[in-house]
Amino acid sequence: MDIASLVSCFGSAACVVTQVTSGLIIGMLLFLVAAGLTLIFGVLKVINFTHGSFYMLGAYFALTIFKLSDSYVLTLFGAAFGTALVGLVFERLFMSRVYGQNMLMQLLVCYGFILIFDDVVKIVWGAEFRSMGMPALFQVPPIFVAGGVVPPFYLFLVGVTVVIGGLLWLVIERTRFGKIVRAVAHNPSMVSVLGINTGILYGMVFALGGLLAGFAGALAAPVRSLTPGMGFSILIESFIVTVIGGMGSIVGAFVGALLIGLIRTFGSVGFPLFTEGLMYLFMVLVLIAKPTGLFGKEIA
Amino acid sequence: MATHRRSGINRRAVIKGATATAIGIMAAPMISRAQAKPIKIGMPTILSGRVAQLGTSSRNGVMLEVDKVNAAGGLAGRPIEMVIRDSKGQPQEAARVARELVNSDGCEILIDAEASSGAFAVHEVARDLKVLCLHTNSETSSLTADPKQRIANAFRTCRQGIHDSIVGGAYAAKVANAKKLAKWMTCSPDYAYGRDTTAQFVEYLKHFKSDVEVVSEAWPKLFQPDYTEVITKILQTKPQALYSCLWGGDLTSFIEQGNIYALFTQTETFAVNMADYTALTVVKNLPKGIHSGNRYIKTFPTTPQNASWADAYRAKFNEYPTNWSWQNATAINFLAAAAKKANTADGAKIAEALRGLTIDSPFGSNGKLTIRAEDQTLVGYAIGWGTTIPTEPYVPAVTAGDWKQIFELETAWKKKNGYL
Repeated sequence: MDIASLVSCFGSAACVVTQVTSGLIIGMLLFLVAAGLTLIFGVLKVINFTHGSFYMLGAYFALTIFKLSDSYVLTLFGAAFGTALVGLVFERLFMSRVYGQNMLMQLLVCYGFILIFDDVVKIVWGAEFRSMGMPALFQVPPIFVAGGVVPPFYLFLVGVTVVIGGLLWLVIERTRFGKIVRAVAHNPSMVSVLGINTGILYGMVFALGGLLAGFAGALAAPVRSLTPGMGFSILIESFIVTVIGGMGSIVGAFVGALLIGLIRTFGSVGFPLFTEGLMYLFMVLVLIAKPTGLFGKEIA
Repeated sequence: MATHRRSGINRRAVIKGATATAIGIMAAPMISRAQAKPIKIGMPTILSGRVAQLGTSSRNGVMLEVDKVNAAGGLAGRPIEMVIRDSKGQPQEAARVARELVNSDGCEILIDAEASSGAFAVHEVARDLKVLCLHTNSETSSLTADPKQRIANAFRTCRQGIHDSIVGGAYAAKVANAKKLAKWMTCSPDYAYGRDTTAQFVEYLKHFKSDVEVVSEAWPKLFQPDYTEVITKILQTKPQALYSCLWGGDLTSFIEQGNIYALFTQTETFAVNMADYTALTVVKNLPKGIHSGNRYIKTFPTTPQNASWADAYRAKFNEYPTNWSWQNATAINFLAAAAKKANTADGAKIAEALRGLTIDSPFGSNGKLTIRAEDQTLVGYAIGWGTTIPTEPYVPAVTAGDWKQIFELETAWKKKNGYL
């Protein structure tokens, strides 16, 4: 424990700026993955354990598209829509068969596909770790804000994620599609009685989840090593985020992800040996105080 | 009657003779085949999972040399047949595989290409089965330094931690003196290897430069995907120099993420595991001037033999050799030389010949490698530090470590630990 450092950090603008921005970076990537996870749970009532694999696929798609096109914009969209397509196919062919069934059955299908996706990545891209490299546009020195360091790429990453989060909220809260999605989450049989094809809707929600995870993977690819199995650690953290925020709540995922990001960055200053533990401790405290999570009542 | 008997004897004699001849003719190729019976060498290693590269590049290193040895007649006339199995990186699996290789597959020699945790398990199998065993990847010094571990039939043909720490400490102290680096920070993976290696490096750094102060430590967990919080902590601490023994994908992540904070222009970085092609060729924006120990690099030793070995390896396997490649190739080179010296492929006699054996090798600091008799471990290998440049040859010049200094400090270290 190093409380003195933590106190002195809060006393210095440079430290606060650096730690808050790095908290945002960690949080925003988590939010993208957790948002898809929580959306799928909210609507379909299944916990999509393959969600980490979608993130991994997004990163590997990015690797290939960037290599071929050298355009990061194309890379982001290509990876996101590629992963969305994988999500759609996976839902229509496999997940749709286990809705309403035993939770263990769903778990088994998901776990099976985690292994399959990992092996597919090994076959296509190889078992060794890979690196995409930073797009030339962002190979610039960091910006200094009040003495704190802010890399331009991370500014871009946070900006894009906030825009996506806003769009997602608008789609769910303010559009007809969003209304139907919320209705399905609430009462699927009533919605299907009204003549809406819930099967297609489920597929679209899954694709949207895949889109978000794939986008997160493509955003992470320039700065993280790509390995088969890389989806697993982000899956665990995304679960923590959704549990803290409340299963099924997108606003909850946003707040939860931000909190986890900040806990990690300030935790590493004040509790360097207990940063990981801090995250879990916080989750335990939230669960004791509010078992449904911070925004648990709200559904999608 | 007599005639009968005589003719009977004759007939029997003819039959006997014919049979004997027939057996003789049939047996002859069997005898010559028996003389050239392949010698099976078992090799447990990690061929799947996150560090599969350890196993595949070890296997490549071995196969490159086995082909040469077999072309030259094998081990005392017996061609080598490698039996290579995956341990999945689990010590209990490594031990089971090693036992099976000897007991079921009839392997007469083991090449233990496991990481340290598996190596200690295979070592116990070698102790139990009394089979000749060459450890090729475990860098944990106690494996050969600790007399309690020592057995007559086990050897090590790879680098080891204590040698690296001494050379690293001496080199870093020299740089620190020249550039006046007193305020240090460490950032290493949070498990046994990371903790031990870092502590030993700092110990020898302070041995050579007593006014060094380690102001802060960061311990990211193994296989952590994001180092942002660690990097910003380093930026807050503003150390003059940074030591790290991160490796593989963790190191490349750390470098890529550190780059966007311009970390490596602000602090002198010593990353012992950087100068290995597994990391060098993957990092997209390799910063200039990172100090690293040599793992395997084509430019060191600066000899045509070493460069042509790397090229031959690359031509055959379409990738550069790793640290594990040269260590496993060395094991085969030593086996071939010892079998030649002892003129037999018998494990016990090869072991006898290995003790104190010196061979010519592209990986030797002066063109030669030696298995030191007293603790049956490799010495005299190329060991040094250099700095990176962003493109090939990545580490153009390496400053060689001083083996005289290594031996002196190693002896002191052994005494301190009660090994001598």
